Amino acid sequence: MTITLMDALMGAVGLVAVGAAVAVVSTQHLVRAGLWLVVALGAIAVEFLLLRAEFVAWVQVLIYLGAVVVLLLFAVMLTRAPIGRSADLDRPIAPAIFVGAGTGLGLAALFLRAFGDERAVAPPTGSAQRVGETIFSDWVLPFEVLSVLLLAALVGAIVLSKKDRI
Amino acid sequence: MIRPIIPLLTAALLFGIGVYGVLRRRNAVLVLMSVELMLNAVNLIFVTRDAIRQQMTGQVFTLFVIVIAAAEVGVGLALVLRLFRLRQNINVDEVPLA
Repeated sequence: MTITLMDALMGAVGLVAVGAAVAVVSTQHLVRAGLWLVVALGAIAVEFLLLRAEFVAWVQVLIYLGAVVVLLLFAVMLTRAPIGRSADLDRPIAPAIFVGAGTGLGLAALFLRAFGDERAVAPPTGSAQRVGETIFSDWVLPFEVLSVLLLAALVGAIVLSKKDRI
Repeated sequence: MIRPIIPLLTAALLFGIGVYGVLRRRNAVLVLMSVELMLNAVNLIFVTRDAIRQQMTGQVFTLFVIVIAAAEVGVGLALVLRLFRLRQNINVDEVPLA
């Protein structure tokens, strides 16, 4: 039962991620929810780095922290959200806490049972080269389908936000 | 040596928090944020599984999930803005479904 430095770091970063996620779903300030989301996603990016998935970590920083959060904050602004506290952000707590805690703790129990005492040696670094080789040797078709999906989403978003009736 | 159970537990809790947020929040933008948390939990599981198995496939799928999340957020926010233009608020429990 030795706790290595890696484990301690991963536990600490995981605590930061979970704490920030709790803040995202419980804060009464819309803008602060977006900023807490930055903390949570950034902590997950650090966790990716600790698991040696370099490329994925930087993509996470670029796309999630860079694009998705900015998009969400734009939506907060465009829907004219108040800067201060909003009173009506939440629905009744009972079903949400029941289902949420059930899912989270159930999954945690499942993982504890399945991987509780598993150890892994440090994995190979997930550099851009390795990830690219895997994509373009084994997963070319999903990659291409995904590019079509992105195009469809692009067109869909433009059509949806046009001013006049379609 | 690493213990994969630590990131796996983190991911499980993050997923539960995301589910809680989707059910608890009324504002559509906050619901989308909770969905992002759930997607990230799944990504963390993928990458951890890679570390256990010493392979790359999970990271490839993590990238795919990130791309899909970006597309989802783009279309989702377009829908939210459309809803706001129609009804002047974006509370998901006031959307008429019929």
